Amino acid sequence: MLTKRIIACLDVRGGRVVKGIQFLDIVDAGDPAELAHRHAAAGADEIVLLDITATHEGRGTLIDTVKRTAATLFVPFTVGGGIRSAEDAEAVFTAGADKVSINSSAIARPELIGEIGASFGAQAVIVAIDARRGERGVSDAEVYVSGGRKPTGRGVVEWAKEAEQRGAGEILLTSMDTDGMRNGFDCELTRAVSEAVQIPVIASGGAGSAAHFAEVFTVGKADAALAASIFHFGVTDSRALKAEVAAAGVPMRLPC
Amino acid sequence: MIALIDYKAGNLTSVVKALRFLGADDVVVTQKPDDVLRAEKVVLPGVGHFRATQLLEDVRLTQAVREAVAKGAPFLGICVGLQWLYEGSTEAPETAGFGHFSGQCERFPAEFEGAELKSPHVGWNSLEDVRADSRLLRGVEPGSFVYYTHSWRAPVSADTAASTMYGGAFTAAVERGNVMGVQFHPEKSAETGLKVLRNFLEL
Repeated sequence: MLTKRIIACLDVRGGRVVKGIQFLDIVDAGDPAELAHRHAAAGADEIVLLDITATHEGRGTLIDTVKRTAATLFVPFTVGGGIRSAEDAEAVFTAGADKVSINSSAIARPELIGEIGASFGAQAVIVAIDARRGERGVSDAEVYVSGGRKPTGRGVVEWAKEAEQRGAGEILLTSMDTDGMRNGFDCELTRAVSEAVQIPVIASGGAGSAAHFAEVFTVGKADAALAASIFHFGVTDSRALKAEVAAAGVPMRLPC
Repeated sequence: MIALIDYKAGNLTSVVKALRFLGADDVVVTQKPDDVLRAEKVVLPGVGHFRATQLLEDVRLTQAVREAVAKGAPFLGICVGLQWLYEGSTEAPETAGFGHFSGQCERFPAEFEGAELKSPHVGWNSLEDVRADSRLLRGVEPGSFVYYTHSWRAPVSADTAASTMYGGAFTAAVERGNVMGVQFHPEKSAETGLKVLRNFLEL
């Protein structure tokens, strides 16, 4: 039976995993390669490495980090952040990534989705959408770019459908309303997107407990769910989390 | 020497990395028929469109694989590489497959048993009906999870070494003699995937 995926996300800056609360109080959470392996060994189904380095010099460090992380990682590995061209994507694929996640650059130039897909396959392209509900709620949820700072005027469901049609392999949907709150995912928004597209939808933003994951898989119809901060500092690990989600009746890969 | 055939369909880094991690020092990524002919083993990886396999015929690799296989070299096709071992695929009807296994690869249906079936099939799914005499799957328990990402699949037949359920059963692994294929990505399937690759390397 096809299982729902739990994805561990590492925010990386200057070659180190960092963790912030609402973009403040950023603290060092460790070495990306080491943490990625620890998550994979603890049962994470996939690893996402998100580069939050804003500087050009940081790109070289990122490629080196991707290489080191990918070297002995044998689960799917996605890299996102700052990928603006097919050449940027190629550099991280060559360093060992299996998929890239693109966000602002896809909104700025939607052709990029197809360009990366043409060389590396649709399965290798994740379109990440940062979403915020509008005045009417989910029905007028809007896409934001530039790390959530700039509204685009584009509807979330409409953009997800366009991304699919342009050849995206998966959608990574982050709710800015629930992100960092640990009060649960935006299930209503996730469901609206999941029902509008055929490709898998990865829910993100708001994970705080196993019950939240179970809810976004059932009510939200998500195919996968991503969490960053709850995995760090030993708050919980994927194995314990997955056992709890499975107990709630959601199919999970439970190795070991 | 292991010849890993590059037919310009996607990223081979992960497969090469996994084979080297398992101790295969002499992996040659190639498009040359001569490399395939002198290889001890041949791997055909691949993600992407079935049409990309047309290149194999165009650069005379199909014939080289036929000769290598006839001489007894173990062959492993991965993902589209497995699909190529069949007669063809509805994804690119004009491109002939290798035809070692009978049957056509077809797209997942949009609906199964009255419910919508999402496509592509992406994620971890379990291996069922693992054939006891499979050399490729030696030591792999039924119910073991492997990672998939694909929209076309091969039918189940007598050569199927394991199946997976998604919109009905499809061929997860196929094996007859020295010719083998897996629809999943062993290089991305954690310990189970590494076991499959190790089995292949030890043939």
